[in-house]
Amino acid sequence: MKISVVITLKKDVLDPQGKIIQQTLDGMGFNNLNEIRQGKFFEIDIKESDPKKAKIQVDDMCKKLLANLVIENYKILEL
Amino acid sequence: MKSSVITFPGSNCDRDIDVALKKFGFKNRMVWHADVELPKSDLVVLPGGFSYGDYLRCGSMAAKTKIMQSVINFAKGGGLVLGICNGFQILVETGLVPGVLLRNKYLEFICKNVFVKINNKHNIFFKSLEKDILEFHIAHNEGNYFCSKDQLKEIEDNDQVALYYCNQNGDTEEQYNPNGSIKNIAGIFNKEKNIFGLMPHPERMIDKSLSGEDGSLFFKNLINNLK
Repeated sequence: MKISVVITLKKDVLDPQGKIIQQTLDGMGFNNLNEIRQGKFFEIDIKESDPKKAKIQVDDMCKKLLANLVIENYKILEL
Repeated sequence: MKSSVITFPGSNCDRDIDVALKKFGFKNRMVWHADVELPKSDLVVLPGGFSYGDYLRCGSMAAKTKIMQSVINFAKGGGLVLGICNGFQILVETGLVPGVLLRNKYLEFICKNVFVKINNKHNIFFKSLEKDILEFHIAHNEGNYFCSKDQLKEIEDNDQVALYYCNQNGDTEEQYNPNGSIKNIAGIFNKEKNIFGLMPHPERMIDKSLSGEDGSLFFKNLINNLK
């Protein structure tokens, strides 16, 4: 089955890339932006048909490698 | 004194640190990332570079290699570990030292000489070093040290800050902060002070004709402290 993971920076963490993207968009005429935060997205195809088990495994992956919990939050979504 | 330098795919300061360690009397061995066993060492160095292409987060892949498990065991048993630049990034990813290293504040790769102030000399790395302010070289894209407020308090309470960015007089104002690091932090110890991670490269300052010699002071002092 396929599972996706979205990783975002925590609120207090500075995101200079997001800021520059926002400034650039602003320069292009998108002037109504409050904030842009850049994150990461993973598509994981896992050999496991039980969604519960698959999610437990992906959760473990997030904690151990995909996210750094000092600065990032993650969300697991079923595709 | 025996030292080991771990070479990861993408490490590029491993030979520089090898030269530096040997110059000041260490018997150094290069250890390949796929090895499992760490040779008997008095000091393990994680060198600078771009391990695993800086994929995902700098140092994140290297932190999960088998050899790093041996380094973690060595460090937790009180062994001396030095992480320079990418080595520092690997250390934070293993959790051996607190915090993380984010993209530089102004999104540029910084390559220049900086001054750093030694905050704490009650440890084997800096004990008896005659200078308080050292000139080192930095070359990094992700050196912006960050940690949560609670972590920062703990770090300061335990005197874990090793180095601050400063000017040549030792002033640590924000204007002497090259990369946006919290409180100008350039290097951090673990609680027990046997693990030391820093962004600047002391191994690039070991030759008068090339750069400077404050790195020489650091390595000479370190091997004397170990004897």
